[in-house]
Amino acid sequence: MVPLSYYLVLSGILFACGVAGFLIKRNIITIFMSIELMLNGVNLSFVAFAAHWHALAGQIFVFFVMVVAAAEAAVGLAIIIAVYRTRETLNVDQVNLLKL
Amino acid sequence: MSVHLVLFLAFGVVCIAGAINLLAQTHPINSALSLIAVMAALAGEYLLLGAEFVAAVQVIVYAGAIMVLFVFVIMLLNAGVEDRTKGSRIAVLFGVPGMLGGSILIAWVMLHHSGTEAVAAGALPGDPRTLGQLLFHEFLLPFEITSVLILIAIMGAVVLASKPPSTPAAGLARKVD
Repeated sequence: MVPLSYYLVLSGILFACGVAGFLIKRNIITIFMSIELMLNGVNLSFVAFAAHWHALAGQIFVFFVMVVAAAEAAVGLAIIIAVYRTRETLNVDQVNLLKL
Repeated sequence: MSVHLVLFLAFGVVCIAGAINLLAQTHPINSALSLIAVMAALAGEYLLLGAEFVAAVQVIVYAGAIMVLFVFVIMLLNAGVEDRTKGSRIAVLFGVPGMLGGSILIAWVMLHHSGTEAVAAGALPGDPRTLGQLLFHEFLLPFEITSVLILIAIMGAVVLASKPPSTPAAGLARKVD
């Protein structure tokens, strides 16, 4: 038997790691992976709450979060490819113009 | 310590170690592999919570499909070690203590202000049959809207990643220049 708060702490730590990665990483792909890490942290708290409150809808929400994450990954990586094609770089510090 | 707690701690340690390794590595492919480890360990946590379907989907969709997409793009763009600038060093200086502070704050609040009731292993039947009945009855409209979202995402990805249009007129204009 594991207390609910342990799951929430783990989820919070994963989310904090995601935020930190989003802030300190300079590679646009790694920044994107940090966003996925944040989504995973939230998913864990959804499943933990679903088990705690005996509400199966929490697991459905996780399903929808995964679907949105998949769509986001496809579009985001396409944007990264488009950015790389015009800038020849993946460093976000050098992507500072809206138009070339 | 029960078996459940031991398993929770083992998967949790793998999760946190993978997340920190994602931050520590400078090459994106190493970060991607550690993220796969995090997702696989999270699938174990879901199994402990009784969410069988979510655990399977986590492995297939997240650790499988999405991360393959990431690794594919990293290899396609030949991404190298990220170069650090002055601004990013300052970000590390503030970001790492900020992450530690945030984690400790969240942990303190959760441990003191959330319920301390234990969650039993497999407390909730998260098998595909019950989830499917819920998904296709109560959540039918969101499900259908999601399919439209996926369709738009597919088209957007194709449009964004395709080469810029090289129409005959554009080629002619370039030739005139």
